[in-house]
Amino acid sequence: MSADDALTEIFRTEWSRVVATLVRELRDLELAEDVAQEAFVEASTRWAEDGVPRRPGAWLLTTARRRAIDRLRRDRRFANRLPDLVTGDTEQPDDRTIADDQLALIFGCCHPALDDEARVALTLRSVAGLSTREIARAFLVTEPTMAKRLVRAKHRIRATGIPFTVPESDRLADRLSAVCGVVYAIFTEGHRRSDGVELLRPVLCDEAIWLAETLVELLPGDPEVLGLAALVLLTDARRPARTDEDGNVVLLADQDRSLWDREKIDRGLAYLGAAHRRRRVGVYQLLASIASLHATAESHETTAWSSILSVYDVLLLRYPTPVLALNRAVAVAEVHGPDAALGAIDELAGSLDDYEYLHSTRAELLHRTGRTDEAAAAMGRAIGLSGNDSEIAWMRERIASWERIAD
Amino acid sequence: MMYALLLYGDENVGPQPGSEEFAEEMKEWFVYTQAVEEAGVMRGGEALQPEAAATTVRVRDGKTVIAEGPFAETKEALGGFYLIDVEDLDAAISWAERIPSVGYGSVEVRPVMDTSELPGME
Repeated sequence: MSADDALTEIFRTEWSRVVATLVRELRDLELAEDVAQEAFVEASTRWAEDGVPRRPGAWLLTTARRRAIDRLRRDRRFANRLPDLVTGDTEQPDDRTIADDQLALIFGCCHPALDDEARVALTLRSVAGLSTREIARAFLVTEPTMAKRLVRAKHRIRATGIPFTVPESDRLADRLSAVCGVVYAIFTEGHRRSDGVELLRPVLCDEAIWLAETLVELLPGDPEVLGLAALVLLTDARRPARTDEDGNVVLLADQDRSLWDREKIDRGLAYLGAAHRRRRVGVYQLLASIASLHATAESHETTAWSSILSVYDVLLLRYPTPVLALNRAVAVAEVHGPDAALGAIDELAGSLDDYEYLHSTRAELLHRTGRTDEAAAAMGRAIGLSGNDSEIAWMRERIASWERIAD
Repeated sequence: MMYALLLYGDENVGPQPGSEEFAEEMKEWFVYTQAVEEAGVMRGGEALQPEAAATTVRVRDGKTVIAEGPFAETKEALGGFYLIDVEDLDAAISWAERIPSVGYGSVEVRPVMDTSELPGME
């Protein structure tokens, strides 16, 4: 590992720990992040010359605290927070305290009183430590736009009194599902982009995996958190096979399974096993079960489609959403044939008429029943609804290939 | 932090005055208010008369304009408020979700401005 990589690795692990401690001490996310940022910048120059200190986390925290004291002295508004900080200057929190602080930070950033965009942006910035520029690029907005979004969110936290605490047990489950929702939203945006040129945004997948595994460490034994970690790993394991050398989409059925990331699959399966042993089923665990049936199948044909279909049935009983019903229809096609699946999809046309994947899925099924003209028309609808250049190119190619066969 | 819990609701939805349900709900309000007081977080609060009793006053170009009714016709009208002093938003939400009318109306949780932090307020 190069010196640069070593630094990156330290920054990666220390960022949320330092920010989390500072948020508890300063009771202000914006201030905590600003001084943490300054400490990290100082570290990158100082450590390059003097070498990495024995306890880098302690160095960063102490430096950030000094910066905070400087700022607070300049700003009378915060004068009442000074005494705690000055006396606490030399104390280093233990690992248990840091873990609690990190959890509190995550719950604060994913608070339901913030809108979805704000939660995602804050979590990537404050917890995962991505720079504003990186987050802006991942969401295809300008850096000032993302900066404004983050500032607005932090001001809202301060103005509304959103706490950075682990919620009481009676609302913990609800709030944890909000946290899982944010992590999964980050993952899906990376896994299948809704707009832009490339199909994937790997940085978002990587961050979501890191967040999910961090949650597993912080809340060991929670079945939904384990399920979430399993789901993102098992799904992301397919990443190397999902596009060809030119960046074109490769469908699950056509993927070279030897390219799948075995290490991620094994890690995902281990989490899923641990989740199952808790005997409390939830949505992420069920989705991860489906992903595991794909991950362990040798080919598309030998996939345990009837098992996948049964898991979808359980999922739909608990979470009856049209998107899940659409995904179930894909399994129906493999078990009962494309005509049965088309019937199931037609029932969804009302609620998902503007959903690209309804039309592209329908197109594939129509093609399989030999109704090429209808298939091309359905794919045309999907093209009209897509905002992703890579997907559009792929869908055009699908239509062209069907027409070539038809000729 | 100080929060106003603003109680909104459609005046025609929920128990109507004079009914048995209304009397039942009054007991719930009493119990709730007592709980807020006993927790030591109550800083004020009132129930408001219906919108029909509202008068709206504006001064435009130095002229006072008085209009009958609320400032805006909305489906959900402001019916009352509690002023509570609690640790954070989660604590305020905990009180809000126990309000008797929350099952059919809405409670807006609004932090009270801390004027000591405004510039010029020495």
